[in-house]
Amino acid sequence: MSFINYSSREINCKIVYYGPGLCGKTTNLQYIYNRTNPDAKGKMISLATETERTLFFDFLPLSLGEIRGFKTRFHLYTVPGQVFYDASRKLILKGVDGVIFVADSQIDRMEANIESLENLRYNLQEQGYELDNLPYVVQYNKRDLPNVASVDELRELLNITMAPDFEAISTTGQGVFDTLKAVAKAVLTDLKRGS
Amino acid sequence: MVDPQMVMYEEEFNHIQVVCDKLVRDANALVVFIVDKNGQLIATSGEYEHLDTTSLASLTAGNIAATGGMAKLLKENEFATQFHEGEHQNIHIQIVGQRVILVVIFDERSSLGLVRLRVRKATAELDRIFESLLRKVQDPGTPSPFAEITDDDIDNLFND
Ligand SMILES: Nc1nc2c(ncn2[C@@H]2O[C@H](COP(=O)(O)OP(=O)(O)OP(=O)(O)O)[C@@H](O)[C@H]2O)c(=O)[nH]1
Ligand SMILES: [Mg+2]
Repeated sequence: MSFINYSSREINCKIVYYGPGLCGKTTNLQYIYNRTNPDAKGKMISLATETERTLFFDFLPLSLGEIRGFKTRFHLYTVPGQVFYDASRKLILKGVDGVIFVADSQIDRMEANIESLENLRYNLQEQGYELDNLPYVVQYNKRDLPNVASVDELRELLNITMAPDFEAISTTGQGVFDTLKAVAKAVLTDLKRGS
Repeated sequence: MVDPQMVMYEEEFNHIQVVCDKLVRDANALVVFIVDKNGQLIATSGEYEHLDTTSLASLTAGNIAATGGMAKLLKENEFATQFHEGEHQNIHIQIVGQRVILVVIFDERSSLGLVRLRVRKATAELDRIFESLLRKVQDPGTPSPFAEITDDDIDNLFND
């Protein structure tokens, strides 16, 4: 749910990184945080377990610049990917404007990817959203690892709707900003269309 | 279901700011702020210059979302009020209407009793303001600033 503030002349949008446990959602945010000018970002908040698994969410506020005199601000959130944190995942999806599904490219994580994507569709529907109507992009992460599926295979399994998709190595940052920009653009285009 | 678009106009913002400023004074509070349930900061008042209000807003919303989830499991509607007591500072959190959260941070110069009393009054006023805001937003005659935006505007944002 974007928030248009005429008083401070700001648009705020919420973007959620979704995907199975350990696929690299938090790593995406950390890379963005480390590579953004201090004046364009706020503090990154991570509510995590002692072993650095996301417990509730990561949060990073970013400013992208101005459109027609309105400051555009994006609030980036990650969900906890571990299956048993489903209640928390539902809460994070509230008010979402755009979704990035981060897939783990490793072959032995394919079932986890599929399950997480189904979970995303289901949880969105519970809130009255339809994934296919939302600004949405897919990231195939961990392309640097040896036992990964081909992009064609990943597409076939995880992106039949042909949403914009990107290969990434989020530990080195490859593909991280491309993914973010694509969803941010889709969100703004959606706002324009919805108005 | 999906909530209507959240919009804030100058007029309502000014009313809200007046209520917040008054609450800071009347409750002897350090800081008062208002957040929508999605974590967007709406208004701030008091000594907040040294505070990371963006982070506080997001955590407040997360907190309310989590307790709201607990309430649902207990078949409660929601827990409208929360209080967190620290060694020096305390936080009082109140849900206003269905969509926004009123947060008061105070120290030993005030008391929970006083804060509760003043929050009740402020909540009633804020309720009215947000009600009228919601009516305005749902009025189809209200133009959106985005109708005018072009694809070039959006592209330019990313050309750096
Ligand atoms: N080799 C490699 N490792 C990665 C990549 N992206 C993330 N990792 C590693 O994968 C592990 C998990 O990454 P996180 O970002 O914490 O995963 P997450 O998706 O946030 O996991 P949850 O919080 O449990 O949902 C970390 O050790 C990362 O360094 C990548 O592109 N390549
Ligand atoms: Mg994580």
